[in-house]
Amino acid sequence: MPDLYELRCRECGKSWGNSPCSFCEDCFSPLEVAYDYPALKKIVRRENLAARSFNMWRYSELLPLPEDYLGPNSVGGTPLVASRNLSRQWGLKNLYFKNDAVCFPSLSFKDRVVATALSAARRFGFETVGCSSTGNLANAVAAQAAQQGFDACVLIPADLEPAKILNTAVYGARIVRINGNYDHVNRLCAQIVDRFHWGLVNVNLRPYYSEGSKTHGFEIAEQLGWRLPDNVVVPMAGGSLITKIAKAFRELVTLGWVEPKPVRFFGAQATGCSPISDGVKRNLARFEPQKPSTIARSLAIGNPADGPYAIKLIRESGGWAEDVSDREIVAAVKLLAATEGIFTETAGGVTLGVTKKLLDLGRISRDETTVVCITGNGLKTTDAFTAEFPVTDAIAPNLDAFEALLDQQLKPVGHAAAAPTANQVTPNQVTTVKA
Amino acid sequence: MHVIIEIPTAFRRFTDGAPRIDCSAATIADALNELTTRFPNLSRHVRDDQGQIRQFLNIYLNEEDIRFLGGESCAVKEGDRVLLVPSIAGG
Repeated sequence: MPDLYELRCRECGKSWGNSPCSFCEDCFSPLEVAYDYPALKKIVRRENLAARSFNMWRYSELLPLPEDYLGPNSVGGTPLVASRNLSRQWGLKNLYFKNDAVCFPSLSFKDRVVATALSAARRFGFETVGCSSTGNLANAVAAQAAQQGFDACVLIPADLEPAKILNTAVYGARIVRINGNYDHVNRLCAQIVDRFHWGLVNVNLRPYYSEGSKTHGFEIAEQLGWRLPDNVVVPMAGGSLITKIAKAFRELVTLGWVEPKPVRFFGAQATGCSPISDGVKRNLARFEPQKPSTIARSLAIGNPADGPYAIKLIRESGGWAEDVSDREIVAAVKLLAATEGIFTETAGGVTLGVTKKLLDLGRISRDETTVVCITGNGLKTTDAFTAEFPVTDAIAPNLDAFEALLDQQLKPVGHAAAAPTANQVTPNQVTTVKA
Repeated sequence: MHVIIEIPTAFRRFTDGAPRIDCSAATIADALNELTTRFPNLSRHVRDDQGQIRQFLNIYLNEEDIRFLGGESCAVKEGDRVLLVPSIAGG
């Protein structure tokens, strides 16, 4: 069967078949994968999915994969968590977290995009793959390259979080640290693919790579019972994910798998790197690139490739974009962990912090269904939170010392404490006994 | 000032295959004008109908995006390198 997809220019519409290239050689605009939807409608039905495992490959026909490609990993299939506590605290009826902090194998949504990119790398005969990365992508490329037998070379800004460097190095990938920010790294990568026969997943394989993000959106709709939400809040770095979730929803409507419905898209950035939210808020014709300065390094892209498309989508959907300070990011990470038991990286703090801001601004209605996209795991950015949790003094291993500690340090634990059983004492009771 | 414009592979069909072009220019705008004067077929790919540099074309002076240097009016020095990057990817 011929491919039911091909690369097409997002601006001039010219078709380019399938090849490792990310831009139109006629007008130098970005390429995107376009599908033959009438043909897809005939070969795949929603009912077919019931017999498939719950991971991103259940949507294979809607991805640019070689025929009969078997995804080697159980990537995706992450939980859509119905909020129990924040929804009550904030007065929302239906608040959900799409939790890609537990995506396999490297604990971020980048596992999805790398999975589709490496299928393209195999198809086009690359032996070496790589990327420009703010961290999560490097982890995902290194892990999946190791499993699939590719050589991996990743390029990162020199000041990346140590955990993200370690989580790449452990898989045996070659790591090249660049003295510069992500945008410098990215420019260098554009030159590298011009010189070397390498498949850089987010450069010359980018059209295939970015399609993997759609599975985040497919899963949201399926986990809501094949319904679309009213609002989606999405972190933005290069601005691709938000546009691909929108594309996923459009495709589900086109295929007749969900009822058409307006969905408002909300973008989240850190104030220290907010070219897209700035573009939305100031209604700019073109966003202005920025020099990133934020603890949310996985979102620190000052020249976002999909910035223009993200701004257009947000505006046309009736959504909005906001940004939050580093202090708000840390507070939001702690809030999500303490209320919902989800430990997200700084990018997730951006998304949650912006969600609260949007609620306070009245941009999101409390009566609607809102999905907040959590895209990475807090274990990768522990450096950002270390100061919040100083190491406490150690005590002697006896009850006297323990009770003395409770007296000195512990306040009554409020919100999360379960009722004590008959044999248990609470810190208050301990204090009472001693008094 | 003598500056070198580095031409990525995809652009070389508009520059008779040349990978770099030597120019004499005082600003980035001068350099681009000389480039598009010598290779007129490249002109519509560099500027849009309003004469602005195309949205998806990124131009760097040595290692810096010219938008951080004041745009195309920024001055160039002897031996500077100008790099054209179509549709920056990443993310």
